[in-house]
Parts: sequence; C-alpha cells; structure tokens
Amino acid sequence: MYRKVIGLTAAVAMAANVMGMGTAAVAADTIKIGDINSYKRLPGHTIPYKNGAVLAIETINASGGVLGKQLELVSRDDQGKPGEAIKIAEELFTSDEVAMISGSLFSHVGLALASYAGQKKRLYLAAEPLADALVWGKGNRYTFRLRPSTYMQAAMLAEIAAKNPAKRWATIAPNYAYGKDAVAAFKKVLMEKRPDVEFVTEQWPGLFKIDAGAEVQAIEAAKPDAVYNVTFGGDLAKFVREGALRGLFKDRLIMGLLTGEPEYLDPLKDEAPEGWVVTGYPWYDIEDSAHKSFVEAYEKRWEDYPRIGSLVGYNTMLSIAAAIKKAGSTDTEALVDAMKGLSLDTPSGSVTYRAIDHQSTMGAWVGTTTVKDGKGMMVDWAYKEGANYLPSDAEVKKLRPATD
Amino acid sequence: MDFFVVQILTGLANAAALFLVASGLSIIFGVTRVVNFSHGSFYMLGAYIAYSLMTVLPGFIGFWASILLTGVAVGLIGLIVELGVLRPIYKSPELFQLVATFGVILVIQDLTLLIWGPDDLIGKRSPGFEGVVKIGDQLLPAYDLVLIFLSFLVLGGLWYLFNKTRAGILVRAATQDREMVGALGVNQSWLFSGVFFLGSALAGIGGAAQLPKGGADLLMDFNILAPVFVVVVIGGMGSIPGAFVAALIISELNVFGVQLLPQSTLVLMFVVMAVVLIFRPWGLFGRPEIVGSHGSQGPPEAPLRAFSGRLWLVLAACALALAVVPLFGGNFLQVLLADVIIACLFATSLHFILGLGGLVSFGHAATFGGGAYAAALMVQYAETPMELALLLAPLAAGLLALVIGWFCVRLSGVYFAMLTLAFAQVVWSIAFQWSEVTGGDDGILGIWPSAWASSTTAYYYLVLALGIGGITTLLFMAYTPFGYALRGSRDSALRSEAIGINVRLVQWSAFIFAGMMSGLSGALFVFAKGSIFPTELEIARSFDALIIVFLGGVQSLFGPLAGGVVFTLLQDWLSRFEYWRLCLGLMIIAIVILLPNGLVGVGHWVRGRFGRNADPLSDAEEEAA
Repeated sequence: MYRKVIGLTAAVAMAANVMGMGTAAVAADTIKIGDINSYKRLPGHTIPYKNGAVLAIETINASGGVLGKQLELVSRDDQGKPGEAIKIAEELFTSDEVAMISGSLFSHVGLALASYAGQKKRLYLAAEPLADALVWGKGNRYTFRLRPSTYMQAAMLAEIAAKNPAKRWATIAPNYAYGKDAVAAFKKVLMEKRPDVEFVTEQWPGLFKIDAGAEVQAIEAAKPDAVYNVTFGGDLAKFVREGALRGLFKDRLIMGLLTGEPEYLDPLKDEAPEGWVVTGYPWYDIEDSAHKSFVEAYEKRWEDYPRIGSLVGYNTMLSIAAAIKKAGSTDTEALVDAMKGLSLDTPSGSVTYRAIDHQSTMGAWVGTTTVKDGKGMMVDWAYKEGANYLPSDAEVKKLRPATD
Repeated sequence: MDFFVVQILTGLANAAALFLVASGLSIIFGVTRVVNFSHGSFYMLGAYIAYSLMTVLPGFIGFWASILLTGVAVGLIGLIVELGVLRPIYKSPELFQLVATFGVILVIQDLTLLIWGPDDLIGKRSPGFEGVVKIGDQLLPAYDLVLIFLSFLVLGGLWYLFNKTRAGILVRAATQDREMVGALGVNQSWLFSGVFFLGSALAGIGGAAQLPKGGADLLMDFNILAPVFVVVVIGGMGSIPGAFVAALIISELNVFGVQLLPQSTLVLMFVVMAVVLIFRPWGLFGRPEIVGSHGSQGPPEAPLRAFSGRLWLVLAACALALAVVPLFGGNFLQVLLADVIIACLFATSLHFILGLGGLVSFGHAATFGGGAYAAALMVQYAETPMELALLLAPLAAGLLALVIGWFCVRLSGVYFAMLTLAFAQVVWSIAFQWSEVTGGDDGILGIWPSAWASSTTAYYYLVLALGIGGITTLLFMAYTPFGYALRGSRDSALRSEAIGINVRLVQWSAFIFAGMMSGLSGALFVFAKGSIFPTELEIARSFDALIIVFLGGVQSLFGPLAGGVVFTLLQDWLSRFEYWRLCLGLMIIAIVILLPNGLVGVGHWVRGRFGRNADPLSDAEEEAA
C-alpha cells in the first residue's frame, strides 16, 4: 500500500509538472533565462559554453544581480534537433516563464529558433551559430547574434590572403551550409581585392566523413599556391595528418578558418600544423586585464582553461544582463529595443549590437600557428574588431529584408 | 600513372577499416539474424579503448598488443550485450532485437562520454610506420600499406576459420539454415555467443586500427553505421568475401569521386547500393532468401480480431480526453501532445506496412520529410495557404512513395529495408545538396500556420483532428478488403497469389498509402515547428518510427500508439537530466526484456491481475496468444 501511495504521488507530481503546474511558485526575486544548446551532440563545444555562461551568472549574482533580482539559467539539451529546440523554447517561455532564450551552436537549430522568435515575438540571443542568414536573409526583430559570423571571420582571413602573392587557391570545406558560406565569403572578399587570383579546386568532404587521403591527393593534383581550409574537428585532425605526411603543406600558404580555436587546435597536440594563418582564440597570451581576470576566474571555478565557447557563453550572459539593465524590465519589446545598439564591456573588449542587423561587433583573433611544448598555439596574433569586417550599411540593408 | 596507383592504394587502405567493421556485422547478421544497430558503438569503443591502451603500452609491440587486446575487450563487451540484452529476446518477432540494440547505442554513447570526456582524441601514430613511402613522385603514408596488409590478413584468417575449422563450418551452416543446425544437435546459444564475440571483436579491431589515420570522437558510432550497412548489403548479408569486395568498391569509388566530382561524396554509396539492389536484390555475393527459412521465430501471428463496439468507445473516449486538454492544460502541454500525436500518426503509418504488410522499412523518414518539404516548398514558392498545403503534402509524399515503392516492393526482408534506407538517403541528399531550392541544411524557415490556426490551442485542435483522422483511417483500412489482402500477402504470398491477389500491387498500394499518411504527419510537423531541415530526413528519424512501432508492439494495431505516447513522453521527460541517453537506453532495454511483445503486452499482464474486462484495449492483441 505504502509503495502504491508513493507511486501515485510521484505520478501526480510528474503529471503536474508536465502540465506546467509545478512552476506555479516562481520566485518573484529571480529573472529566468532560457538556455538551449546541443549538450550531447558536440559536448566538446557546448560544455565550455555552459561553464562560461554559469560563471557569468554567478559573477553577476554575487554583485547583486540585475534590477535587484538574481539571474537564473534554465539549461536544456536540444539533442541537435531543430524541432526539439522549438518544443523546448515553448516550454521555457510558457512553463518556466523565462524572460528570453539564448544559446545554440548548430546553425540549423539557431535558424529554427530565430524563426520561432520572429513568429512568437519572443527574444532570442543566438550565441554561437555562425550562419550569415541568421541576422541577414532570415533576420528578424527578435533575433540577435553575438559571435562573429562566418562572413566576418572569412573576411578577416581574406584580407591577409589578398596581401600574399599566392594566385592559385584551393579550398576544402565540409559539404554543408557553414562550409559553403565560408568558401563563398572568402572568395567574394578575396576576389574584390585581388581580381587576379583563381580557385583551382574546391573540395567538399561530407561533414565528419572526410576521406582525408583522397582529399589531400586531389588538392595536391591541382598544384595550388595556397589552401583555404574550413574543416574542423575530427575532419581537421585527419586532414592535417594526411596533409603533413603527404607533403601538402610544404612551401604553401595554408589558411584555416577557426583552426586556432582551442576546441580544434588542442586535440591535435604536437601534430598541430605550423605556420598556418588562422582565426582562433589565444587565451593564454591575451594581456588585457579584464581578460586576465576572466581566465583566472574561469580556471578557479572549473579547474580547466577557457575555450572560445567559454568566452562566448560568458559574453552572452553579460549581454543579457546589460540588456535587462538598460531596458529596466523583462518585457520583451523593451528588451528588444534595449538590445538594439546595446554596448557593453566584455573580457574581449567592447561589444556593440548593431541596430542595423542585430549582429554584435565581437571580433576574433587572427594569427599564425606553431607548436610549443607539444601543444598547438597561436603566435603573432592580432585582435580584429568585428565591425571592420562587415559589409557596408547599404549592402547589409540589401542582405536583410527585415525592416526592424 | 603514379597518381593512380597511389589513389588506388589510398582506396584500399580506406577499405580495410570498413571491411573489418562490416565483416563483423555481416557474420552477426548471417547467423543470428539480428540487425545490430549498435555495431557502430563497438567500433567507437574500439577506438577509445585502444587509445587508452596505447598510452600505457609503448612502442611497436605495445601498439599491436593494444589492437589485439582491444579486440578481446570489445568482443567481451559484445558478449555481455548478447547474453544480457539479446538472449532473452531471440524469440520475439523478427527484427524486434534492433530496438534493444538501439538502447545499447544510447547507453554506450553516454558511458563513453562519462569515461573519456567530451574532447576529440587524436590517435597515436603506429611506431615504425610513421613515415611515407615514395611511389614515383607521389607520397603514400606507410601505415596505409599496413592497413591493406591487415585487411588481407583478416580476410585470410576468416576464410581459414570458416572453411577449415569445425566451428567455422558450423557457423556457415547456421548462416544457411539455423534450424537444421540446431536439429543436428549443435548448441545454438553457444554458436550465437561465439559469433557475437567474433563480430564485435572485429568492429573493435577496426576502430583500433584506424587510430593512426584519425582518432576517437563521440560521433564515430553513427558515422560508421551507414557505410557499414551499405557494404554489408552490397556484398550480400552474411558473406565475408562480399563484404570485402563491397568495401573495396565503395572506397575506390569514393577516392575517385572526390577527384572527379567533389560534391558527390554524400550520396555516392547509397546510389551504388540502390543500383546493386535493383539489379541484384540479394547483393553481389548473397543468396536469395528462401521463403520461410528466416521467418519470425515466434509462433505465427494470429489474425487480428474484429473491432468491437467497445473498442470504438474507448478510442472515442481517448479523443474526447485529448479534446478537453486545452481547458485545463497549459501551452506547453498542448505543444507536447501535438508532438505525441504527430509521432503516433507517423508510427502508425509505418506500422501499416510493417505490421500488416510485413514490409520493414528503414527509410520511412523519406515520406515524412517528403511531406514536410512539399508543404514548406509550396508555402515558400507558391504562397500556398496552409489548408491547401496540408491537403497537397500527403499527395506529394504519396507520389514519392509511388516511385520508391516501385523499386522496393520487388524485394523482401532486410534487402527491402536497406533499399528503402538507400532511397531515403538519396532524398535526404537532394534536400541537403540542392540548396538553391531547399535551402540546404539551413532549411526552409518561416512556415507557420494560417492566422486562424496560429494560436497554440487552435493548432493543437487542428493536429488533433487530422492526426486522429489519419490514425483512424489507418486502423480502419486494416479491416477493409484491401487490408485483408495486405495481411494475406504478408502471411503467405503464394496462397494470396493463388486466390487472385496481385501481391506486388497490394504491397505497392500499401506503401503509397502509408507514405501519404506519413507525409501528412510531416506536414503537420512543419507547421508546428515553423521550419524544416534535412535532419527530418535523416536515418535517425526513420529509426524513431521503427523504435516506436517495435517498442509498442508490432503485432497489435495499438502498438504504434502505445509506443508513440510512451517513447515521446519518456524522451521529453528524461532529456531534462544530464545523462538522459543512459537512462533512456536502459529503460528501452528494460522494456524490451520485460515485455518481449512490446508495450501492448502490458494488457495481458493487467488482465491477468484484474480479470478479463479490466482493459478492453488488450482485446485487440489477444490474437497474439
């Protein structure tokens, strides 16, 4: 009998929870923020992201919170499925009563959430998805993005490529939207500056299904002067290994989009490529005091070093807190108005959410890779301000049909 | 010339790892008839375990000892899975075991994350073979040659095992006629366990041997699964030389495909598989399945009982209960239930061909995504109103099913399943690759319901009406002459032909009808979510439907409903926990072992305890008894 009662109570509690009654007792002194990310699909990226976000929330709360209230992060796993993310977003807004949502890593999940935000008039701050369409072609009033987009990072590399004498370029990129966007943007910016370059081969391995030996052979056969690499993760490791063995990188300029990010560079250990020009995150060498204290706090809290995801997670929460402060409330329309043109200081410098397209001006670091103490590092790097790598306002207006 | 030699050798080296994994799967399937989805997980475990072993065992000997030890370790893990998970359910309906292996995938995914952490691991290079070999002016990694040698070694070893040893000859005999081998006094359980050990060990060795060319990451399991199944099917299920030749073909085509047509890499192998299956339905080295030789192991299925009036009453009560939900339930409950109804309709449409028709489709996502994409494209390009799109989407999906079905219904059993999978992958790659029209993996966005249905509650009622309508139609069809003909064709194609039923035509029609209903669920899905991406056409989507149907109980009309409700709610609830995949996997395994006939088996249990009339729903599946 006793067990039956327990079982019954549990069932009722669960049912109540599902029906949204379990959250009736929302504490009035907290502001909830919904966090949706692919915590199981690519944990190597999303766990540092969450750690960064949690650290920021704790720091903000320790100094009194926002508008006199504590922030609370409600994290959920979207399984890497857009449909799942939409369902969770609905639950976060209607059952958990979050003020806004943020997060996501995959572009398609981010795009689905952006579409949802526009339809339901709810605020979504895309943290990591890189797709250009998120703020341009498919942009809407209720979607903002923090991380520098594919276009911005590709433009940073193209600027350097244009200064190099290399004329014959090869590209290798995973065969999906991010890879295609990254190649298209790089080509566009480079061709504008250097009409004389030609692209002699384009390789499109399936994402995480690279046949590295064959790809390297195919690029080698085209005899390029320089190679532009967009592969990452396991594909990058295989490409680097086969390319190094087969001599593809010898006496060639190799550029790597995101290759310098610790998420991708560190697993390569002492086999990290040397002399590649990459975008990335040299957290170990950034002397700025705000960044130094961020690294210290992060290492103390998590006993691990920060990845780019950690920084993005941290900056995302700082942005949200700043927006709520500026808006003076958690009303969605007030928050959206506050986000437009919102400026704040972050460990990576000042960041502004452009009113024209809702893209933040957070930049990226561009440098050259080397191996030090059996680890890949970036040297001779410089921080590139994101605002300088976006198309002109007139062009952005054409790219972004949304008027608001 | 040198270039071609190096290309061919590169292809051979790629074929090696593929062959090792595929041969293991082929042996397991050939003898046990278990479609082992978790084979990719054993491959992944092999990579991780070998990585750890290689960090403690240094040098040349350490490297090769690690690979061998990994084989043993993964073989033992496979043995545990066989003994603990599969043995209790060998007597279940055919292919039921794949649900259990799906549970194993989830468990291994989370355990691997727990043990080895989230970061990608790059494999150690093979001591002594770090360098390159010069062939003319071309360079080839020395380890490629080692891999090629290894694959021939394993091929030779397996040939010896299966032709020169008693155990191997028994395995071959069991591949051809398992019952006869049993009748001759061979201990089948011993044979099954041994085969599982060997097959898993080969997968583990495959994972270990590819380390010097790559590494270990958490997506390996699913990434290897599709190519391995393709290889096994092209070669012929159960054939070792077939797996070898097929691995070679796929790898070489890939190598030259990269060279000539770089965009082709996504879909090439599925096109090859489709072509092979259309012209040689049993694969290159397989043999035709003799009717009845590999049928269900359990007792034959009894006919479905007629629908009693009481049962209709219960269904109406359920619909009524769902209809009053918006009066007290919040927004999220409605959204969640809409998901459940869509999943139930999707699964019921699969059950129509799978349960009633005996046609196990591994590619049901094609029509789900097909319907969803059709609706989205109509809205996007023709500004079609939602009402019309919901009407036309099932027709478009039906048209797709008409084409796919025309090729597929000539096949049966696992080959039918694999051909549907191949077509689903082709459809997926069209949606993925043709980005000018479909938006590629950035999908089609902004597909929301018409104004009158845009509130959560209004759309919930729409899903409820169309979902229940679709499900009822599917249930009703089971009792029409068409449904009887379909069931007859499943039970005995020969006798059905003899009484004048055109079996192929009936199956084809059923495939189209199921495709239409699946397309309807896809269209409802797209308006519920507002966007559509190629992920909805992925293998995982097809698996969802399979899991639901088998979990619910394939022999009952209500299986997919029970499965849809339980699976969707379970997943939604568990995904709140950090290690939800572990929990979900263990729960699936537990359900499968405790209820070997699926969830509807609960009905029997309830009746057993509370007397006959406690649960009218269970009447319909009493036929199984």
